[in-house]
Amino acid sequence: MDFLGAHQPELLPGNRPLPAVQGAIEAPHGTTIVAATFPGGVVLAGDRRATMGNLISQRDVEKVFPADEYSAVGIAGTLGFAVEMVKLFQLELEHFEKVEGTVLSLEGKANRLSTMIRGNLGMAMQGLAVVPIFAGWDVDREKGRIFSYDVTGGRSEEHGFAATGSGSLFARGALKKLYREDLTESETTTAVVQSLYDAADEDSATGGPDLGRRIYPIVTVINEDGFKRLTEAEVSEIARTIHERRLEAPDGPRAPLL
Amino acid sequence: MTTPFYVSPQQAMADRAEYARKGIARGRSVVVLQYADGILFVAENPSRALHKVSEIYDRIAFAAVGKYNEFENLRIGGVRYADLRGYTYDRDDVTARGLANVYAQTLGTIFSSAAEKPYEVELIVAEVGDGPEDDQIYRLPHDGSIVDEHGSVAVGGNADQISSYLDQRHREGLTLAEGLKLAVESLARDNNGGERSLTAEQLEVAVLDRTRPQQRKFKRVLGSQLARLLESEGTPADSAAEGESPAEESTDTEE
Repeated sequence: MDFLGAHQPELLPGNRPLPAVQGAIEAPHGTTIVAATFPGGVVLAGDRRATMGNLISQRDVEKVFPADEYSAVGIAGTLGFAVEMVKLFQLELEHFEKVEGTVLSLEGKANRLSTMIRGNLGMAMQGLAVVPIFAGWDVDREKGRIFSYDVTGGRSEEHGFAATGSGSLFARGALKKLYREDLTESETTTAVVQSLYDAADEDSATGGPDLGRRIYPIVTVINEDGFKRLTEAEVSEIARTIHERRLEAPDGPRAPLL
Repeated sequence: MTTPFYVSPQQAMADRAEYARKGIARGRSVVVLQYADGILFVAENPSRALHKVSEIYDRIAFAAVGKYNEFENLRIGGVRYADLRGYTYDRDDVTARGLANVYAQTLGTIFSSAAEKPYEVELIVAEVGDGPEDDQIYRLPHDGSIVDEHGSVAVGGNADQISSYLDQRHREGLTLAEGLKLAVESLARDNNGGERSLTAEQLEVAVLDRTRPQQRKFKRVLGSQLARLLESEGTPADSAAEGESPAEESTDTEE
């Protein structure tokens, strides 16, 4: 990235002059991302909707990307900048790995992303923020970890679960009631899709599973074998099961009162 | 003030070439050859930390002999070139041909510039294609020329001898184990016709495997896998089966 800055600074997000505008620019925004850890790994998932103002600009957008073999980024916020940020982030991790011959530590990767978000602060002030979640398998500590960010690049490690984006309030609330520390991988993916369903239920900018068009959330799992994205068949199985149950109980599973 | 002696350009160039060739000839060799599923790189290199063979990009790898600091410099330059190009345009727009051209320019400029000493390196840039006929192997000698190679190529100390040995025995559609066996045999031949024996610890082996599911096709063959491939040498029937195994073993999925 330093090399890029020295040679072709126009390719770096932070080095572009800011356009002088009044009010917010209308650009596609990504919405809800959730993550949850389980013993042996971490799940990162996102809905598929992108919105522009009150319009749905894309139904099948992808907002969860592998950063490298053992980590992934889920993005909420201005889609154009977010995708570019992820691309640059992927490039940087790969470049470091090739030049140095070793892989960055998970903390190192998380810190790097933090710097990149901070570089976008100018744009964020104009309403074009990017707020990702970074999740990965820590090879040294042998556990899945989640890092969440704020617009200024502030980084905090989340224990258990995290959510970002417009539907994150609802997703986090739902996940809070469903999450337990001893969930298996398949239970965690189900809990995560449940929380996305709830987010879509309450937030107009979050898309639920679209059974008619066969558009399902992107669910990824990172464990000691590396990054894996669940196939459409696997996610459709989860989404359909949840949908069936919701036909009887529209608000989903109920947590005990005490 | 003393007047410098006149040295004819021919003589100057010949001296520089001689200097570079001698430097290269001191080092151990690297062999690169095509096998059924891709391109195999075998280097005699007792060091685990200083690599002679490395990844440049998705389908491109780099092998070098000569002075470590000089070819390491070129390798990092290559990685930068490839990553920058891939980021600016698309991953498909990074080609071995383009990279070989950049290297040729760099080496050529340094070779003919009177201010610098010529690099004592010889490089190989290889790109694995969708099929064996799409594979590309370029050899770049110290003076900045490019040689387009097919089948097999050797650079370094005994390059001529090893190349002729390889040329006689290399055929298309070798399995990984057969290719590795051939490469190790050729590297083990001495200047004066004798044979040394090379163990797995003395070898640096890597492949560009077109059957790998990931985008990045480069993979080092290490430890137990390498030992198993070397052991299977004796029985060609087994070696065919062993050759398949590395592709299946890589369960890690990147994208």
